[in-house]
Amino acid sequence: MSELILETEAARSASSSHPVRLCSRADLVAGSGIVAWHDGHQIALFFLPGRPEAADRLSHSPEAAGEPIKPPEAAGELYALDNRDPFSGANVIGRGIIGDLKGELVVASPIYKHHFRLTDGQCLEDPSQRLRTWVVRWNGDDVELLL
Amino acid sequence: MTHAPATTHTPVATTDKPRLLVIGNGMVGHYCLEQLVERGAHHRYTITVFGEERHRAYDRVHLSDYFSGSDADALALGEADFCARHGIDLRLGEAVTAIDRSARNVVTECGRYAFDQLILATGSYPFVPPIPTPETDDSGHARLVYRTLDDLDRIREAALSLEDREIRRGVVVGGGLLGLEAANALTSLGLEAHVVEFAPRLMPVQLDAEGGDALKRQIEALGVQVHLARATSDIGTGDTHRYRMNFADGEWLETDMIVFSAGIRPQDRLARECGLEIGERGGIVIDDTCHTSDPGIFAIGECALWNGQVFGLVAPGYTMARTAAGCLLDSCEPFGGADMSTKLKLLGVDVGSIGDAHAATEGAVSYRFIDEAGHGYRRLVVSADGKRALGAVLVGDNSYYDTLLQYVQNGIALPADPASLILPQGEGAPLLGADALPESATICSCHNVSKGAVCQAVDAGCTDLGALKGETKASTGCGGCTALLKQVFEHELESRGVEVDRSLCEHFAYTRQELYGLIRVEGIQSFEALHARHGKGRLGCDICKPAIASILASCWNAPITNPSLVPLQDTNDTFMANMQKNGTYSVVPRIPGGEITPDKLIAIGEVAKKYDLYTKITGGQRIDLFGAQLHELPDIWSELIAAGFETGHAYGKSTRTVKSCVGNTWCRYGVQDSVAMALTIENRYKGLRSPHKLKFAVSGCTRECAEAQSKDVGVIATENGWNLYVCGNGGMRPRHGELFATDLDDTELLRIIDRLLMFYIRTADRLQRTSVWRENLEGGLDYLKAVILEDSLRLSGELEAQMQHVVDQYECEWANALKDPDKLKRFRTFVNDKRSDPDIIAVSERDQPRPARPEEIAALAVEVTS
Ligand SMILES: Cc1cc2nc3c(=O)[nH]c(=O)nc-3n(C[C@H](O)[C@H](O)[C@H](O)COP(=O)(O)OP(=O)(O)OC[C@H]3O[C@@H](n4cnc5c(N)ncnc54)[C@H](O)[C@@H]3O)c2cc1C
Ligand code: SF4
Ligand code: SF4
Ligand code: FES
Repeated sequence: MSELILETEAARSASSSHPVRLCSRADLVAGSGIVAWHDGHQIALFFLPGRPEAADRLSHSPEAAGEPIKPPEAAGELYALDNRDPFSGANVIGRGIIGDLKGELVVASPIYKHHFRLTDGQCLEDPSQRLRTWVVRWNGDDVELLL
Repeated sequence: MTHAPATTHTPVATTDKPRLLVIGNGMVGHYCLEQLVERGAHHRYTITVFGEERHRAYDRVHLSDYFSGSDADALALGEADFCARHGIDLRLGEAVTAIDRSARNVVTECGRYAFDQLILATGSYPFVPPIPTPETDDSGHARLVYRTLDDLDRIREAALSLEDREIRRGVVVGGGLLGLEAANALTSLGLEAHVVEFAPRLMPVQLDAEGGDALKRQIEALGVQVHLARATSDIGTGDTHRYRMNFADGEWLETDMIVFSAGIRPQDRLARECGLEIGERGGIVIDDTCHTSDPGIFAIGECALWNGQVFGLVAPGYTMARTAAGCLLDSCEPFGGADMSTKLKLLGVDVGSIGDAHAATEGAVSYRFIDEAGHGYRRLVVSADGKRALGAVLVGDNSYYDTLLQYVQNGIALPADPASLILPQGEGAPLLGADALPESATICSCHNVSKGAVCQAVDAGCTDLGALKGETKASTGCGGCTALLKQVFEHELESRGVEVDRSLCEHFAYTRQELYGLIRVEGIQSFEALHARHGKGRLGCDICKPAIASILASCWNAPITNPSLVPLQDTNDTFMANMQKNGTYSVVPRIPGGEITPDKLIAIGEVAKKYDLYTKITGGQRIDLFGAQLHELPDIWSELIAAGFETGHAYGKSTRTVKSCVGNTWCRYGVQDSVAMALTIENRYKGLRSPHKLKFAVSGCTRECAEAQSKDVGVIATENGWNLYVCGNGGMRPRHGELFATDLDDTELLRIIDRLLMFYIRTADRLQRTSVWRENLEGGLDYLKAVILEDSLRLSGELEAQMQHVVDQYECEWANALKDPDKLKRFRTFVNDKRSDPDIIAVSERDQPRPARPEEIAALAVEVTS
């Protein structure tokens, strides 16, 4: 119990500080994932390179425009999910294939092929599993984590 | 829970609705709630549910998964807010202690609750025989049971408390279905497992003597020791282990923990104490409407006794739940008993028991098939007149189960030679065609879905298997009926002239063969181009991306690490290594033909030592190095390449190995140089990507030491050249290769293999091995011979040219990647940190590293925190 409280305290004090730089655009792999380390967390970062028509679509759709993780310019979309696959316990989500199923962006875990929604980490096959997500954004060519 | 004891609890604002109480939130209790909600009962009744366990209903059938990765959440049944959403008051951790029938209320430690209708779904409890245990022992480890999540936690705890011992042993008392499940669980906790059974055979209820014997041999081969015909008389303190079990025959066995699985007893205490009718040997007596002797009280599931019988399986319990739910809404479908046929995998061994497995029916006649080599056993029991199947026993291979079950359940007339139903068949188990099943045939017994119901759904316009499962619930219980459901569904669609959707996935409305054609004909070089012209959706998915990457590689053979190809590959191809269960990789350098110099062997040994890798010889005559982390792969490969190795493509759907014997160079029987031919073949086809992996072998004479007839392409030397066998397979479904051409010279041999492989690549389905491809090929072997040997399609020139292109484009993928710093960028565990993945923990076993097991990691964590 006491450990749990300590951890959230630490998280809280970190959240009052500045955004954290994780990596640069050049570190990302287009159409796929990489993994960053931050404060004991393994964060899988997925990068969908910008497409002019995607930018259009986003800025016209009110729900999407409100989402901080999707920059409305054509810089490309970023998604940040917990790297741990809850079904195998292995840290491998960042090495999964990304794709879309019924219109939703997903990553498929490489171990037992469960799909997790990029936007909120929800597992499509098992409603009780959801990966933690983080808010990330562009700062010029840098990728920053907002806590 | 703040109700004062002994006050009558009346739910607020619903006083006008009758009150329905359910005791027990197990599998059947939960299913009953779902049925009630589906029929709208929650609008007519105020429903309250009591569960003694602290967990909400979970899947007890898959309880053992709790030790292999699933946690309590993963096993839970239905949505977490199911009860809340439908206004059902779910009271977990609150056991009912008494039923007051005259006052019409039930008592818990929190208060009294009035009822108008009551359902008992209290299940059963494990029977622990009254065997004396050491007085000094208060750990409880001599009296463990296997029924609830809490029981499993206790077993895990007991195992962890033994961490410091070298040999940790666990005994399961009882060799029935549940006992063997429990033995499996002990094995997965790293214990040496023993099963002690009172009867002279395993699973005495379901199996006959021969079946029990075959099962015993298979299970012993898996390292579980079986002691039959042993009655435990008392348990004392042991010398080398905690306890000593003394048997009535004077023998004894020492162990560190004992799990009792000596049968279950209906949980009928409440019913007994309030005067409901109870069977002689326990169980709450119910009639066909699931009513007990009190017309306001139902009993369902394992606590109920119908017609003198208790049903220890979930499907009959579900049927009772439907009956009770129906009765409460005035549409009762009577319960008429249930089939106790079962199919399971125990410790990885298939076991099936159908109908009258013991041939108890008057005049019944049996057919038996005994495979002493593979410890397989099958028995078919038929009626005296030989016209109907009555029952069956299967050990070792359940692929016969579905068909036999249909014969027994639906009284389908047997073929002239009934034995053919259990005899091994070249093409796998004989299937009963979907059209031979009557409308009333049960397809899914968990959810009671008949063939008629599937037909109705198809008539109503259902054309998608997923939707069919959603509508009928078929195949959403134990999952045992999946293959049959699909078969019936597709058959019904086809018979209505609906074209069965064989699209690759939602992004491409084409089969793999059609996509191959488009890529070839239009000269398409990238996924994006194909997707833009012929695809749907935005990105593709984990089905179409790797499938198309494979076609592109088969056609153009560009390095798979090229940027546009990277997002398509699954992780093995992306990182050119095989991912293992803990996220590390294994590395397999190519060792063509299994021939290797001492210097190269030493080089492999040095690399393994330096990077602390576990090494093992593979079945394909090479060496697998396990446990490399992502960021170590480039260094490992630089060293291997410097020592003269190339990638072995063990990660790809591609050419794997060419196994060979030493041939006439050393062997006194050899007639050709099989090693030289193996090298030629491996060097020609290495790097060839295909719908599935490809294995080859070359033997130096007909003694066939290289097992070439179990390979996709098998070559056997003759006095005059080479015989070629094709489309063989080992693995899950072995198939002998078929003799394709004889006495070929070297050039002819390679030319025919070129054509054959390219034709396979062009026409096979995604992930279809050559064996399955060949079996599905219309026209069979003769057609294949006509195309490849006689060039009936006028394709051979094209096929050979395509293969030559792939051969010419070959480059070791690892050598290519190491030259390009941009490609190496991906081989970092973390982009912004040099550390390794801290969750990858290895321990040493037999002088080599291996991944720590979950319980070992847990034990380490305990050490660190304490
Ligand atoms: C390891 C294992 C493997 C199995 N494998 C299979 C299989 O492969 N196929 C198959 O068909 N079946 C299998 N079974 C059997 C199957 O799990 C049972 O048939 C099924 O769970 C019965 O459901 P039930 O609701 O009647 O009882 P349960 O699931 O036992 O639920 C009864 C619930 O009632 C609660 N309860 C009891 N008394 C009270 C009280 N006084 N107040 C409140 N709550 C109370 C209990 O705590 C329990 O949670 C297996 C069982 C086990 C243990
Ligand atoms: S297959 Fe023939 S040549 Fe090869 S090792 Fe066996 S006996 Fe010798
Ligand atoms: S048989 Fe194959 S798939 Fe099964 S455990 Fe062994 S290596 Fe893994
Ligand atoms: S038979 Fe169990 S899910 Fe169909």
